[in-house]
Amino acid sequence: MLIAVAMALFALGLLGVIVRRNMLVMLMCMELMLNGVNLSLVTFAQQMSSAAGAVLVFLVFVVATAEIAIAIPIVLLLVRRKHVMDLGAYADLKG
Amino acid sequence: MIETLLLYLFAGSALVAAALMLVLQHPMRVALALVAVMLSLAGVYALLGVHVIAVFQVLIYVGAVMVFIVYAIMLLDVREHSVRRFSAWLVPGIAGLLVFLAIVAHGIWHDLPVPSAAAAGTRFNLNEFSRAFLSDYWLHFELTSVLLVAAIVAALAVLKVGRRPHG
Repeated sequence: MLIAVAMALFALGLLGVIVRRNMLVMLMCMELMLNGVNLSLVTFAQQMSSAAGAVLVFLVFVVATAEIAIAIPIVLLLVRRKHVMDLGAYADLKG
Repeated sequence: MIETLLLYLFAGSALVAAALMLVLQHPMRVALALVAVMLSLAGVYALLGVHVIAVFQVLIYVGAVMVFIVYAIMLLDVREHSVRRFSAWLVPGIAGLLVFLAIVAHGIWHDLPVPSAAAAGTRFNLNEFSRAFLSDYWLHFELTSVLLVAAIVAALAVLKVGRRPHG
């Protein structure tokens, strides 16, 4: 049951990243995806009764924190330049 | 019995809050829905017996990451001029989501080993976990510290680059 919940959380986060336009909302949906992965890791670690899953959860915590610490300043810089949160306004960043 | 009920309650509230994240308009409300998801997941972890992960979920995610995001929302506070909440990918996104869910559910249904009742009853052992963390997985631990240092340097570099054109 919990695996299905984790899958649903990941899928909802992925849908949010695809569908929403606000940059901060997209970042939060990425956090939702990481939370779904964490839930599946914990569930599998409980089923297999191994410590590797819990270790991996801690590593995912660190990666999520580092990701937010990088992403928020980038969003701040982008918004300071154009004063729009909509991702469509930054289409000129396309290389 | 009551634990199973609570488990369903927390899982259901996490799903409802996650669905709310997709439809709410203001970023602050989305952030509050995400906090609700994280707190529900912390409840699920505590019910599963992994109290350490539950505590760190509250401390790191709700305490650090979400506070950071909420500060960013308050700092930016950009009034949305466009009334459009969803991008042009709404219909393909939902269709892709349904296909993805069908495929993964099919895979889970057929390939997953049925958890034995004995394995599901094992409790999380903090002593064993911390010993494995710092002896078997020491390389990963060190790599995360390298990652954190790189993240700090990168954040400083990003802010410095952004400040230069303004003097």
